[in-house]
This record gives sequence, C-alpha cells and structure tokens, in this order.
Amino acid sequence: MDVFLWVIVPYLCLATFVLGHAWRYRYDKFGWTTRSSQLYENRLLRLGSPLFHFGMLGVVGGHVIGLLVPRSWTDAIGIDDHAYHLVAVAGGLVAGAMALAGMAILVYRRRTVGPVFSATTPMDKVMYAFLGAVIALGMWNTIAGSIFTLGGEYNYREGVSVWYRSFLAFTPDASLMADAPIGFRLHALVAFGLFALWPFTRLVHVFSAPLGYLTRPYLVYRSRDGRLGRSTPWSPRA
Amino acid sequence: MRVMAQMAMVMNLDKCIGCHTCSVTCKQAWTNRTGTEYVWFNNVETRPGLGYPRTYEDQEEWQGGWVRKPNGRLALRSGGRIRKLLTIFSNPKLPSIDDYYEPWTYDYDNLLSSPQSDTFPVARPKSLITGADMNVEWSANWDDDLGGSHEHAARDVMLRGIEDKVKLEFEQTFMFYLPRICEHCLNPSCAASCPSGAIYKRSEDGIVLVDQDRCRGWRMCVSGCPYKKVYFNHKTGKAEKCTFCYPRVEVGIPTVCSETCVGRLRYLGLVLYDADKVLEAASIEDEHALYDAQRACFLDPHDPEVRRAAAEAGIPADWIEAARKSPVWRLINEYQVALPLHPEYRTMPMVWYIPPLSPVVDAVKDTGEDAEDRGNLFAAIDALRIPVEYLANLFTAGDTAPVDRVLRKLAAMRSYMRDINLGRDVDDAIPAAVGMTGEQLYEMFRLLAIAKYDERYVIPPAHAEQAHALEELVTECPVSEYGGGQQDLFGEGSGYPTPVAVENFRMLQARQTSDTLAAPDDKGSRVNLLNWDGKGLPDGLFPPRPDAPTQGES
Repeated sequence: MDVFLWVIVPYLCLATFVLGHAWRYRYDKFGWTTRSSQLYENRLLRLGSPLFHFGMLGVVGGHVIGLLVPRSWTDAIGIDDHAYHLVAVAGGLVAGAMALAGMAILVYRRRTVGPVFSATTPMDKVMYAFLGAVIALGMWNTIAGSIFTLGGEYNYREGVSVWYRSFLAFTPDASLMADAPIGFRLHALVAFGLFALWPFTRLVHVFSAPLGYLTRPYLVYRSRDGRLGRSTPWSPRA
Repeated sequence: MRVMAQMAMVMNLDKCIGCHTCSVTCKQAWTNRTGTEYVWFNNVETRPGLGYPRTYEDQEEWQGGWVRKPNGRLALRSGGRIRKLLTIFSNPKLPSIDDYYEPWTYDYDNLLSSPQSDTFPVARPKSLITGADMNVEWSANWDDDLGGSHEHAARDVMLRGIEDKVKLEFEQTFMFYLPRICEHCLNPSCAASCPSGAIYKRSEDGIVLVDQDRCRGWRMCVSGCPYKKVYFNHKTGKAEKCTFCYPRVEVGIPTVCSETCVGRLRYLGLVLYDADKVLEAASIEDEHALYDAQRACFLDPHDPEVRRAAAEAGIPADWIEAARKSPVWRLINEYQVALPLHPEYRTMPMVWYIPPLSPVVDAVKDTGEDAEDRGNLFAAIDALRIPVEYLANLFTAGDTAPVDRVLRKLAAMRSYMRDINLGRDVDDAIPAAVGMTGEQLYEMFRLLAIAKYDERYVIPPAHAEQAHALEELVTECPVSEYGGGQQDLFGEGSGYPTPVAVENFRMLQARQTSDTLAAPDDKGSRVNLLNWDGKGLPDGLFPPRPDAPTQGES
C-alpha cells in the first residue's frame, strides 16, 4: 500500500503532468490562456487576484526552500532549527493566508457574478476543489502541526522533504512518507492529484509567466513567410 | 537607411455620410462570433462625441500610448516592463464591458410563441453576456448624429481647452463622422505592452497582428493601445484586433471596409519609410512637430536612391512600383492634405485622415453667401476657430496651422473646380494662394472625387510562389477539422484555430472587373424576376422535376 501511494501514484501523476503539458502545448496552443474574466467584473478581481497570486508565489517559494534545500545546508550556514521554523511558519502563514483569502474572494466572485459563473468550465470547478483542498490542508499542517503540535512533534525536513528529494532523484523511499502525520500525507496526495490535473486546466498559464518580456525588444517584427511555414494546424494530418 | 514597406490607409472625411456600412460589413466578416459581440474592428463615431469605448481619448484616465520622458526617451505611459509584470494579475487600466457596451439580442421567439392576449407581444432585449433581461442604455454609436449630445457631448475629451468657446446648442453645432480602424502604427504601443510578445508587425507590409497561438490573455495590449483598437475576446481569452484584412490584401484586394465604403472615401496604398528614423521621430519633444516628423520618415518612391535602397532591402520590384502609384503617398506627402489621428500618442499611426471642410462650407452656406467662393471660404476658415481647433485636437496635437493649410487647399480645390465645371476661365491665383499649381489641384481633385477602383486601391499582391497557400485550396482545409478539440472541457475556442476564410481571388476579381452582375457562363440557371412577365416557366425558375423532361416554353 505504501509503495502504491508513495511510489506508483506520484510517478503516475508526474508522468501525466509532463506528458500532459507536452500534449496540450502541441494540440491546444490556442486554448493556452489565462481565460481572464476581468472584462466582466473588476472590483472583486482587483482585490482577490493579486492577493491570491502573490500569496501563491510566496507559497511556491516556501515549498521550494522547504522541500529542496536539505537541512544540512541550512545547518552549514549556521541557521538553527528554531530560527528556520520561525521564518518558515511566519512566512508560510502570511503567504497561505493571502492565497486562501484571495481564493475565497475569487471563488465567491465566480459563483455570484453571473457572466463569470457562466464562463466557468467543468475543469475549472474540479481544479478549484483540488486547489482549495491543497491550500486548506497545507494551512492545517502549518497551524496544527507546527504551532500547536497536535499529533506530536514532526519535522518535515527529516521526513517529507527527504522523501520528495528521493522521489525527484528516482530512488523513492516510501517508508519516509508512511511515517508522516496524516495531514502531510493528505496534503501531498491531493497536491499530486492537482499536478495530474494541471495540464488540462487553465493552470497551464503558470508556464506562460512572461519573464521574457523583461529582456525582449519592445517591437516584434515577423515575416509573413515564417507564418506560412508554420501553418501546420490545418494541413492534412497523417 | 533601413527601408520598409507599410500598407496604409487614408480616409477623406468630407465624403463620409456616416452610414456605418464599413462597420457592419467588417463585423460580418470578422467579429460576428461569440466572445466578440461587443467588438467593432471598424467603428464610425460622430464628432463631437464620446467615441467607442467612451472617452477612449482621455489618456490621463486610460494611460495608453507613449510618453516622452524628461531625458528624451520614450516610455509606455502605463509604465515599463517591471510595472507591467507586477500588475499582471489585475490590469489596473482595462476598460470594463460597460465602457464599451453590454451587447444584446432580442427575444424574438416570444413574438411567435406568446399566447393570445390583448396586448402585442414584445421582443425583450437580452444580454449576450449574462442572458438576462436588460435595458439597452449604450452601444458603439449611441450618440450617433449628435443624439443625446446635450447630455454627452460636453464630456468629449477633445473639447477640453475649448469648451468655453463651444456652444452645444443645436443651431450652432457642427459635426462630422470619424471612421476608425486599427492604426497599424509604425511604433505600436500595443505590441510593446504585450508581455508574451504575441503582437507583431509584419516586416513585409507593416500590418500589426496578434499571434493567437502565443497570446496568453494578459490584456496589457488593450490598455496599451491609446486608440483602444485591441479587444479582448471574452470567450477565447485572447486579444483580437483589426487585421487590415490581410488575407484579402495578400491577394491584392482591398479591405472589407474599403471595398464596401459607399462614399468611396478610403484609399489604400503602400508607403516606404525609413525604419531607423521612427524612434527618433516619435521621441521629438514638441508635440506639434510630430506630424512633420512622421512625414519625414516616409521615403519618396520616385527617388532613384530610395528605390535602390528598397530593392537592396528585399522589397520586390512590383511593390516598389506600387509605392510609386500609391494614392496614400500622394495624399500624405505630395498634396499634404492627409493628417494622422492623434500624433501626440507617439505611436506613429498609419491610417490618416483628410479633415472635413464641410463644417466650414455649411457655415458659409447658412449665411446665404456663396459657399464655393474662395474668399468666402478662406475668411470662414479664419473665422470658424472652433471647428478648426477641434480638428487640430484630433489630428495635429492642437496645432491649428496644418489644419488651416489643409482646409484652404480643399477650399481652393472647390472654387478652382467650379470655374472649370462652369466653363469659365481658370483663376491661377487660386492654386497659387495655397502653394500649388493648377495641375496639382486638378490631379488632387481627380484623386479625391472621381478616382476609379484601381486608383484608390493600389495593392501589390503577395508573391506567386505563395499563391497555393494563400488561396487555401480545399485540399488544405478539411472542414471537419475546424475548431476540433474538447471545447466543453477546456472552454470555448480550444483546439485548432479555424482558418481565415478568404474568398476565391479570381472569382472576386472577375466580379469586380466584369460589366454585368452575373457571370455570363451561368446565365442559363438564373432568372431575372424583374423582367419576367409571369407567363410561362423560364429555365431555371424551378428546380428540374424528375418526371418532366425539359421546360422552357416562355
């Protein structure tokens, strides 16, 4: 069971994530968009969207540090456990609260503003359910696990993080996850579900973050010939 | 010198009757889809008026276009790259659907299905956004013909600074129509605002397009364009804009708006320009100098030096030839009667306008004086400061001198041509008064008044080696694959793009150049009901019946 949950399922989700994106990019460049609904409603979006997105950027940054940086590295530069957890819990709480509040506003907006609601696809609803669950479970782990230490002391940097790095290195150690508290296990499982869904939702726009804008010239010239050369979408497919 | 070619347009506003045919045909061709109900790539505004979207010219509010910074460099008015990325989660300057208008349809079914009652059933307006009942309160041309201008026109941004002089009482109002499409600027701020780099300027003909496969729906182009001519398709989540009907222009036929213009007021042609000069011209300090600075970027296609440089830059010989015949070049640089719309946005727009003389002519006519007399017209141009200042706010960043010059040329043409039409001796003092020769004035009259189809539209087609792809032969676009994909799952518009439908080039060409309405070879299958006397059954009136061998006893 542990092997199934912490080896097979994660790799299946990872494969879906990678192959799904490749497939979607090849098949559906036209559908690859943020699907913004700002034209319909601006007041709530103005508040909720930056709150959610900047919160999520913080959450992702925190996860990168927490999961990918081994404890030995922070020890080596003289950051003790207490200081680390203080920063991690404080940062995590702020970012998580921002994301959760932003998401609450956005979901409320999506449900109550008529045009926005009617522009919501079934995939959107499934995705929101997963995303909401992941954020809520993550907040639960931070609050219940790290602050009130319900269910005993647990240092994820010696359990979940190590497992995650072993997973990325293709030498997964399922026992590390099997010993983690239920909150962490659920958080990880739902997150993997979200990763599997990712390429089939509007979340693909994350990979369009236009960082190239910072360096490209303002004006783009393109030749018509180039465009004709790329006209494969409507040529007969083999 | 870096020579580039640009397809450009000039509109003669004196001839616009405000019939909206251009808008309607454009909409039928390009934006009659869900998601673009509110979108008019071409719209016609009554000026003074609010425009579409409302008060789009107020750049302090909408922050479109470029500004010149104190250090002399150009910057996007709404902020640079970092600021754009920081505000990407919620565009602070995006017009809402209410600034355009909420599109609607009518519940026609109720007219047929309503039960019998004492009152007439009505077709209620239904929002195309929410599907709910709505009150129609605004549209793309709600203030058409100054309708409601008591209430609205005072908010016209272009009246700022002259509002105290303008009396909007009806007996003293002037008005004209302003058809607008995308300006296909030399220095487009929409392209510069696009975080994804999806908006590009075609290096062959300068047409500005949105790559639908690369657009990610960040909406920065909508706020970046000071003319508000990039629109957000709310169903596909992508930006769309006027394409200068590139599938038509590529095969040598004019844009839909030009083709269907009832007043024949649009001119299409190539302009050669020096791409190295554009940025410098756009950054010039004095706003009033922008008009001349942009003109100075254009290269004279009659100059052998320019032609050689153009050939070296890879511009085909027939394109250079077309640039020589271009009516746009003649109106902009030879006669200098066409002016750019809002040069102060510093985008170097390429759809230019001949300002209307009609407010002046009408004013003279109303006094009972001779409205074709040069002296009267010149005096009126001097006296009627309000229309001239208003036109200057639109076309020359408020500098009245160029507008004066253009109006005087148009007035001179009017009185010079009257002498010719009445068989009187021509008065050479008239062209001399506006710095032209009689011959030039006559040629200008020909181009403005009676130029034929192929003089108004000088469009070099794209090259023969591409013809197969351009014509989109049946073998290349199997109908069954249009818009394939999981539309329900990922949202509308997912899947392969639907190819642009271009009408068969040769069929259209035949129709435009033949003398008869119907092509002769299928006459047998057509019946002219206007001269059918009701007796007998002409061939082709009814489809052939299987049991009746042949008809035709008429």
